[in-house]
Amino acid sequence: MAYSDKVLDHYSNPRNVGSLDKNSAEVGTGLVGAPECGDVMKLQIKVNPATNIIEDAKFKTFGCGSAIASSSLATEWVKGKTVDEALTIRNTDIVKELSLPPVKIHCSVLAEDAIRAAIGDWKKKNGQHSQAQAAVQPAPVEQRA
Amino acid sequence: MSTNVISGNGNNDVKLPIYMDNHATTRTDPRVVEEMLPYFTEKFGNAASRNHEFGWVAEQAVEQARERIAKLIGATSKEIIFTSGATESNNLAVKGVAEMYKEKGNHIITQAIEHKAVLDTCKRLEKYGFRVTYLPVQKDGRIDLDDLKRAMDDKTILVTIMTANNEIGALQPIREIGALCHERGVLFHTDAVQAIGKVPFNVIQDNVDLASLTAHKLYGPKGVGALYVRRKNPRVQLVAQIDGGGHERGMRSGTLNVPGIVGFGKACALASEGMAEEAVKLAALRDRLKDAIMSQLDEVYINGSVEHRLPGNLNISFAYVEGESLLMGINDIAVSSGSACTSATLEPSYVLKGLGAGDDLAHSSIRFGIGRFNTQAEVDYVAERVIETVKRLRELSPLYEMAKEGIDLTKVQWAAEPTH
Repeated sequence: MAYSDKVLDHYSNPRNVGSLDKNSAEVGTGLVGAPECGDVMKLQIKVNPATNIIEDAKFKTFGCGSAIASSSLATEWVKGKTVDEALTIRNTDIVKELSLPPVKIHCSVLAEDAIRAAIGDWKKKNGQHSQAQAAVQPAPVEQRA
Repeated sequence: MSTNVISGNGNNDVKLPIYMDNHATTRTDPRVVEEMLPYFTEKFGNAASRNHEFGWVAEQAVEQARERIAKLIGATSKEIIFTSGATESNNLAVKGVAEMYKEKGNHIITQAIEHKAVLDTCKRLEKYGFRVTYLPVQKDGRIDLDDLKRAMDDKTILVTIMTANNEIGALQPIREIGALCHERGVLFHTDAVQAIGKVPFNVIQDNVDLASLTAHKLYGPKGVGALYVRRKNPRVQLVAQIDGGGHERGMRSGTLNVPGIVGFGKACALASEGMAEEAVKLAALRDRLKDAIMSQLDEVYINGSVEHRLPGNLNISFAYVEGESLLMGINDIAVSSGSACTSATLEPSYVLKGLGAGDDLAHSSIRFGIGRFNTQAEVDYVAERVIETVKRLRELSPLYEMAKEGIDLTKVQWAAEPTH
């Protein structure tokens, strides 16, 4: 399979690789996927409690080059956004930016799920339990992909 | 394709990309090509033309090839039926026997990690009323002979078990399987494409009744194969699957691919001469690659038997690293992965799943196929690239991080995405 230049760039120079302290109240962690499916993404955000702005984001991904690129891009995009703005990122935006072929759309879905799961975890830690549950409920793929 | 020359230690130059996928296909040996060429041009006759010089020359070349192929496997030349390749040979063997012997019985035995050309053929026969037993394999990729004994009944007409597996290189105990079959009057077919010219194979000593062969796995051309069909003790009969002019003792009609057959014959002659020496060289290169990787990386697992294995095969799972991303990192090296992302079906390798390795390790597997034209410098380069890429990808892997924290990954409740 031929990869787009942007996928190759993120694969070769992934942005924001690493981990944040998952026990910190300012950090939300999303862990999505499963090893037997061939992809697992961990995406973490650090949110400023005064402004709700995501000041830092880190990821680690087990998966193909497109999965690595999708999560790397997701960390770039959420940084500097407020939590609510980050929730507007759609997998279709990732597909477009990385020129992902149809067989790789699920990588972008997983990246969107990872953003939502990380925000959900942060909200849960900060007493916004009900919204958090809503945030991690993935919408049907057909509507999003 | 662009090629580069990478300078290692000055005298260890390797040319990129490196081909190390010799179970998929092999480069046609230049000596084979040379022998084939006249049969495209001045010696272009149809081997079935009985009335002129052009036909005689072609027929003579085909008969020489038939003898060379027969010699490599301990057969006689009349027992070699030319086909278009191993897929056709497997189809002809299994369907041809099923149709010929259906009055005697309707039961066929095969095993879980056969090539699809055998498995899908068996599945089709099931639709026509045949009963098929798919034996499981053990962790080393070999069947349990007791399972085979138990599966046989008075309706069993055919056992079809490959000699060597194309992904993990595991060698089945074919001699024992053949002996069991012969004790019970059951025919034994083996898909021997990966084994021929790599390990000793003799249809008499190994009790084989039918064997599928192909040229392009042993440095011959693509598009030509053969089926060995035993002529005595027992005399095996087949119903032809292609109707036509009655070529190849009525078992396979169609004008013979004379240049391809000449190349196949030459490839077998080269294998007869050099196999023993070549096997030692390939096993040494394979072990060098394995030792380099295993000394530098933890949690790497060899898939399939170490003892009963093709000399050029190495199939390794690199835990916590996904296969396609690893291939992407070593994109100047041609190898294969059992990862779902690299397959047409988006399913991880059924062969590795058949070993009970778990889907996660199937996703993490790489198959190295070392062949005649690989060098030690290439092996060293490949080892170095694989090691550095696995290390880099593990730094990126949440699973590696979790495992290092002591988390048991099998006990984690994974939130799998809805697309799976």
